[in-house]
Amino acid sequence: MTRTITIDPVTRIEGHSRITLQLNEAGEVVDAQFHVTQFRGFEKIAEGRPFREMPSLMARICGICPVSHLIASAKACDDLLAVRVPSTAVHLRQILNLAQLIQSHALSFFYLSAPDFLLGLDADPARRNLFGLLEQHPELARGGVRLRQFGQEVIEQLSGRRIHPAWVVPGGVSEPLTADRRDRMLAGLPEALDCVQRTLAWFQPLHAQFQEEIRAFASFPTLFLGLVTPQNTLEHYDGLLRLVDADGSIRELAIDKFQYGEVIGEAVESFSYLKSPYYRPLGYPDGLYRVGPLARLNMVSRAGTPRADAALAEFQALPLAERQSSFYYHLARLIEILYALEQIERLLQEPDILSPRVQAAAAPNAYEGVGIAEAPRGTLLHHYQVDEDGLIRQVNLIIATGHNHLAMNRGVLQTARHFVRGQQLTEGMLNRVEAVIRTFDPCLSCSTHAIGQMPLHVQLLDAAGRVVDEVQR
Amino acid sequence: MVTTFKINEMDVSAGEGETILDVARQHHIHVPTLCHLEGLTPVGACRLCLVEVKGSAALVPACVTRAAEGMEISTDSERLQRYRRMIVEMLFAEGNHICAVCVSNGHCELQALAGDLGMTHSRLGFLYRQKRIDASHYRFAIDHNRCVLCTRCVRVCDEIEGAHTWDVMGRGIQSQVITDLAQPWGSSSTCTNCGKCINACPTGALFKKSKAVGEMEKDTHFLGYIRTMREVK
Repeated sequence: MTRTITIDPVTRIEGHSRITLQLNEAGEVVDAQFHVTQFRGFEKIAEGRPFREMPSLMARICGICPVSHLIASAKACDDLLAVRVPSTAVHLRQILNLAQLIQSHALSFFYLSAPDFLLGLDADPARRNLFGLLEQHPELARGGVRLRQFGQEVIEQLSGRRIHPAWVVPGGVSEPLTADRRDRMLAGLPEALDCVQRTLAWFQPLHAQFQEEIRAFASFPTLFLGLVTPQNTLEHYDGLLRLVDADGSIRELAIDKFQYGEVIGEAVESFSYLKSPYYRPLGYPDGLYRVGPLARLNMVSRAGTPRADAALAEFQALPLAERQSSFYYHLARLIEILYALEQIERLLQEPDILSPRVQAAAAPNAYEGVGIAEAPRGTLLHHYQVDEDGLIRQVNLIIATGHNHLAMNRGVLQTARHFVRGQQLTEGMLNRVEAVIRTFDPCLSCSTHAIGQMPLHVQLLDAAGRVVDEVQR
Repeated sequence: MVTTFKINEMDVSAGEGETILDVARQHHIHVPTLCHLEGLTPVGACRLCLVEVKGSAALVPACVTRAAEGMEISTDSERLQRYRRMIVEMLFAEGNHICAVCVSNGHCELQALAGDLGMTHSRLGFLYRQKRIDASHYRFAIDHNRCVLCTRCVRVCDEIEGAHTWDVMGRGIQSQVITDLAQPWGSSSTCTNCGKCINACPTGALFKKSKAVGEMEKDTHFLGYIRTMREVK
């Protein structure tokens, strides 16, 4: 008899989701679906609001990444003002964005995923968490907590608060940086750098123990999307929006942000509130691509800072096929933390970093704005249209996790097919199915906004799995 | 003529024309207000300054009531606290006050009142009425979602600026402040663009369009200055 296994909720991720696995009579997985079960609706909420409210309003999408939404939103608003943001404000926003990346990556790596690496994917689920980690590997767990704290402290020093700061505003930032705050941030850097380098040195050799997972965790060639500098190094705030093939060859050199809709299509499926963006020229669902730390590292030729360059070179020495495995998202996060710390150090030493000129004042001068930035999980796109008076007419959001939707679904199927055996089901098998989702570090509360176009599909199944009734909207 | 009476058992005296609120403030006795603004005609609309008078079942608004000889007034009873909190809860339930994304967050009289009165939530169901924003003026905007109908804008525009651009339209829950004959603010022929209404507004209802979240700080000091200058002329 066929069976359906439901993993509900998927644990140690941000937001709510469910996975269903469809087994055939032999107990083999024939299909798998990743369902995002919550709905937010921010695109609709924002309609009619003054555009200057948008950065703070959009930041409420997420308590983990408020800064990422702030930045993408403020950049879309900069477009509406049609001003050039002062360079000091750009640097300050960059530091804030990198601090956000550090704290979010540290959360994903140490709090959510490290229990799997250290305690084992088959360990007792009651202990396979941060507390179990603190008991058995206190040094490493504490380092992760401190690293996250550093990221949060930089956010607080710059913006006045750790969560939902209102400091990033259209045209720049609201307050300049003071020398003592800069020095406090600089003082915390050595410990953070030391911590991430120690973790890297421990984690890199550990990959030998996870060869099977590396082969089966969403391990397939895909396109990659993300921001890069003109020199093809890492870029998280601005730069060229590029799309490359699995081997790094360029498909789209620099996507015009106002024409993103011609390159990225947005599909919807009845089983999830999360939309499925795809690369239009390849169609749906073949135009599957990935974003986020792994995508970024697979796109660039160098990181752009000395220590991160060295770490990246080791990663680049791996065979190309292996670098396609989503298992490497974890390593990519550590390398990006290293890069972010070095980059923050450099930016804090910019000669104009304490300049009081941090905000360009203007009335709205354009009807349309698009803000693109790299959130920790990948490319974040905010697209706003305003009316004559600067009130929001229409909003479209493409959130990092959305870009990865098709890849996550395919990854779940690949992992489930590889590990799940319906005849002798174990918790460890199902944990691996969850763990493949965790590699993407999805933020589901961030990602589900469109309203009114969501198809509804309800199926009533009998015990044998036959469809008894069906409703479709 | 001087009137002598008691506030919270303290002997006080009021000069000609002074209200209970005037005297309370002279003695640093806190009485919460919202529609009241020093320098504008009091209207007793918000009822937050209600006080108890010994021997009388009715509560009186301190901002428009003159004390009578020998009155014993109480400004801070448990009953008053309860009523005031209820009034603020009603204001929150009637409007759409989303402090977190408001231009006046951190500088709002309504927000401060809710904090002072210990309001943690509204026990009444929110109405979630769809109210519009008029952003047609080139510098200013009004978000009716945040308007508490205190009419401070109406009075400052009429009494101080002399333009009388603002007024109130409708009745009961349908009431709203309007510019001219309910025209878009940007097309008002009487508005002098002086911005006094912006500063008089206790919430983020009236704001400068250039301000982002939390950036709108109101300053009402100009009122005392203008009145003094007019009196000495």
